Amino acid sequence: MGFQESLAAGKFVITSEIGPPKGTHIQEMLADAELLRGRVDAINVTDLQSSVMRLGSLAVCHLLREKGLEPIFQVTCRDRNRLALQADLLSASILGIKNVLALTGDYASLGDHPQAKPVFDLDSVSLLKVIKTLEGGTDMVGNALQGAPKFYPGAVVNPGGNPVEAQIIKMEKKIKAGATFFQTQAVYDAGAFETFMKKVAPFKVPVLAGIILLKSAGMARFMNKNVAGVFVPEPLIQKMAKAEDRVKTSIEIGAELIRSLKGMCQGVHIMPIGWESKVPTLLDAAKL
Amino acid sequence: MLLSQQKSLEEILRSLEGETKIFILGCGGCAESSGTGGKAQVLEMKGKLEGAGKKITGHTVIDFLCQKALVQSRLRGKVKEVKEADSLLVLTCGVGVQAVAAVSDKITHPACNTVPLGGMRGEWKGTERCQECGECVLDSTGGICPLTACSKYLLNGACGGTTKEGKCEVDPEMECGWKLIYERLEKLGRLDKLRQVYEPKDHSKMIPPKGLRLSDRWALEQGK
Repeated sequence: MGFQESLAAGKFVITSEIGPPKGTHIQEMLADAELLRGRVDAINVTDLQSSVMRLGSLAVCHLLREKGLEPIFQVTCRDRNRLALQADLLSASILGIKNVLALTGDYASLGDHPQAKPVFDLDSVSLLKVIKTLEGGTDMVGNALQGAPKFYPGAVVNPGGNPVEAQIIKMEKKIKAGATFFQTQAVYDAGAFETFMKKVAPFKVPVLAGIILLKSAGMARFMNKNVAGVFVPEPLIQKMAKAEDRVKTSIEIGAELIRSLKGMCQGVHIMPIGWESKVPTLLDAAKL
Repeated sequence: MLLSQQKSLEEILRSLEGETKIFILGCGGCAESSGTGGKAQVLEMKGKLEGAGKKITGHTVIDFLCQKALVQSRLRGKVKEVKEADSLLVLTCGVGVQAVAAVSDKITHPACNTVPLGGMRGEWKGTERCQECGECVLDSTGGICPLTACSKYLLNGACGGTTKEGKCEVDPEMECGWKLIYERLEKLGRLDKLRQVYEPKDHSKMIPPKGLRLSDRWALEQGK
């Protein structure tokens, strides 16, 4: 069963992600993807994550498909104007890539090419609308397409956004514009996430809670200070600080979190950021 | 000098939908010399709006509407008329609209678009900035310009990068423009404006109009 079908069937869905490397050596990235085979429903391929120049998402999505893995093509508005975005969506379609995650994208100056011109010709909402327009058989300005693509479009939401009401209004706009599933920023506080999920329940759109394993207490504190919308509760930080075996404790925390989120949302999205090899162990521990 | 151009009456009336009592502001600076927001145009607009069934609670022309302190002090003499109005209609460049929005607690509608001059800027001391985008969107954002207040010039709300302190992740010194817009619209009771999906900008309107490039004045300013 594919990703879209699994969500439609009400299965608790698991996605994870791989980040294309800087350069042409893809063996390690493909090995990371292999670790996820049979364990996840789909694999996000990030689009120049953190605004760092690297191998593109589209080509990697194509490689995953060739290997029988289901990709989610992440598309940001940072580097391409409306012409290039529409063209890449058509390219994805002819390569059989259906799942698209529409994002605004990090700002250019946050990456390794701060000199780059930030594009943002479209934003996440208008990009979703463009996907729908292409599916309807025309481009953004109404010119007919010779053959229309078909996608399964998704978007992101930050349950810890400030203020969260503004995030929810934007989520509603994304749904109106065509988003059919959501993946979230990393969640650590199940209680706060439950409150968020109650607020968005009327939208009836599947939400996959974001999971990032804590590698250390320092990482947790860094995220609390610097990552917008992420809040790691102090008891978890303490647990990591006192851990004898950090990996073991980290996986215990992650698995416990997934178990408590399971009844609240339709799936989880695991972002390994370097800990790809830990994902199967985490899923085992979470009994998924 | 900022050059402005009046929006069509149809677009102005659309933005005033549901509001019957309007206060009109013009500017004796750039807007007057643009022929869009001087005394004559304010009176003309008054007539047009009355013709469309609106009640004009009052009107005024202030020299340099871009100066918030000046606007605030001049509006003190018009407290009653402003208070009575459902909203304010401002016949100036984007800076004037934002300056008025910043000092009033009423929804502020732009009556003009600011025409791109290709980089030439006047000097003003306030925080309001105008991109001269040629299709003013201040009506939908509570009088705060998303093109200049948001690092990514987003039109449909904040990205995920608003810090816990409400700043922009691109520059921790900078307020998140969309947080400001959200707070302003919430204060005005107009969060409905935030719920609409806005179309991408027409960037062809950000190119200085051909007629303007060909004018003598343009040539003089280019040093030709």
